[in-house]
Amino acid sequence: MKHGNYFLMMGFIGTGLLFTACLAVMIGPVVIKPLLVVKIWVHQFTGGLIEKEWSRIPEVIVMDIRTPRVLLSILVGMGLAVSGAAMQGLFRNPMAEPYVLGMSSGAAVGACLAIVLGMGRVFGPFAIPILAFTGATVTIFVVYNIARTGNRVPTETLLLAGIAVGLFLYAVVSFLKISASMENLQNVVLWLMGSFAMATWMDVKIVILPLLGGICVLCFMVRELDILQFGEETAIHLGMNVETVKRILLIASALVTGAAVSVSGIIGFVGLIVPHMVRMAMGSRHRILLPASALCGAIFLVCCDTLARVVSQPSEVPIGIITAAIGAPYFVYLLKRRKNAVNWW
Amino acid sequence: MLKLLNISASYQDIPILENIYLNISSKLFYGIIGPNGAGKTTLLKIMTGIKGPDAGEVLLQGKKINRFAKKEVAKIMAVVPQSSFVPPLFTVEDVVSMGRYPFQQLRFSDSDADRRCVDEAMEKTGINGLRHRRINELSGGQRQEVIIARALAQTPQILMLDEPTANLDIKHQMKILHLTSALVRNEGMAAVMVIHDLNLAARFCDRLILLHDKKILTMGTPETVLTPAHLKTAYGVETSVGENPLTRSLEVTVLDKKGAVHESVKQCVNY
Repeated sequence: MKHGNYFLMMGFIGTGLLFTACLAVMIGPVVIKPLLVVKIWVHQFTGGLIEKEWSRIPEVIVMDIRTPRVLLSILVGMGLAVSGAAMQGLFRNPMAEPYVLGMSSGAAVGACLAIVLGMGRVFGPFAIPILAFTGATVTIFVVYNIARTGNRVPTETLLLAGIAVGLFLYAVVSFLKISASMENLQNVVLWLMGSFAMATWMDVKIVILPLLGGICVLCFMVRELDILQFGEETAIHLGMNVETVKRILLIASALVTGAAVSVSGIIGFVGLIVPHMVRMAMGSRHRILLPASALCGAIFLVCCDTLARVVSQPSEVPIGIITAAIGAPYFVYLLKRRKNAVNWW
Repeated sequence: MLKLLNISASYQDIPILENIYLNISSKLFYGIIGPNGAGKTTLLKIMTGIKGPDAGEVLLQGKKINRFAKKEVAKIMAVVPQSSFVPPLFTVEDVVSMGRYPFQQLRFSDSDADRRCVDEAMEKTGINGLRHRRINELSGGQRQEVIIARALAQTPQILMLDEPTANLDIKHQMKILHLTSALVRNEGMAAVMVIHDLNLAARFCDRLILLHDKKILTMGTPETVLTPAHLKTAYGVETSVGENPLTRSLEVTVLDKKGAVHESVKQCVNY
């Protein structure tokens, strides 16, 4: 693909994301006009470039309630989609994603531990993300070391180890649930279902660095991911330090997953479906796949979150239900349409 | 250029190679031959540094190969693996450009030197016309040429090929082997190839290495290696070795148990 086309396409999807974000901020129990949304954003983010000519209520709705929420779903959507795409590329397996490798479960154990022990009250708002990230990282290293034979880590073993450890950790989460106090149990269950309902600017501030950092690292590895499609031996022949590359990709993914899970709970399907959609539309070259997955993942999650808010007003549907309800049928549809498994990858 | 000193190797405690000494020099085309399970591919893996030996040393330009950074090895030695899996949706140009990976510090763009090497590699392998095609649309022979072009883009001094003609039709077999021997003659490269077909090996290789029972049974020019006695020891079959009047290279014919040649069959094939 020509460079011009590349930037044109990314620009197109990026504009789509901006448009979706604006739409998502507009929609809600109080509908705010799109021009007003843009005006408030410009006023706030440029330090008063536009004169303030609106009342306080829409500003509070836009800036304090909806914008952080949309921003958070953008960040989490980007992170889940990119780490899914990177894991599928690394393992050359269309089923790979942070969830399958046990990372999400590890992050969930960390976060549940923080909630059940009430660490938020003692250590402040960073307790959950730090423990979630620690859980994800520890998990991926345990999985990695279980799968390792000598100096090499065969992909099949890694996926199997990931599934086994993930199931074990899920049992730990269940155990934490039954041993939690009534109040904590409610928090854990709500959090596990996945939701952006409690999103605040604080959440955005906590996760923006690890998420964007991890995403950047993953996007820097596109050349390596491309070469890895030809197999690890070829990658070594071409001079790649495959085990180092693997470790970097796994740690960056754990960082992104831990951060995403800590603010939004377990949201399935994004890491699986979005990269496959992008792959079918734009091919499997990672220099396109990763950035495009990031943008599309953000769009997808913002849309799902908006639906979660408005589907059964005034109450909310957990976003995990929406992503699964949209994602699973769509995925089945794609599978049926593309029966040829060879072309699939 | 590449030296193996007293190499022994095994897989899961089963010895595959024992006490191998080998010296690969530039401007020569080497063929590794021998029966199935003799350790040909293992020998190639040890030479390329993919597999470490149990004992002995692999010296690349006088220095232990495991002391090199992987990228440095890739600048000296390129490998054409045995029918590698080809992921779809990459163009020929994408794939050949991957050969520049060991030279690339910048992540997102190719330098002028990179582009020149990629163009040259495609020129030499004659795949310029395929540049924008997707590799999964190509035939097996064309894919093999693309993989060789990727290896050439590494501007190597040693080219390693693992059964490059397996699964190819006769036209593409000839094309690949002519191309490799031209590279050896014109560019001064060393080429090492694992190959099953003894007649092709005799015709194109300058030196043959005959493996048998974990050891090098014999090595040297095709004339010294391909004798009925050596082939009897290595493969356990009776053979007749003669000169092909058209190619002026050795031709090995396998005899049946009684020692009788199926002359009529052979002649039919020749005609």
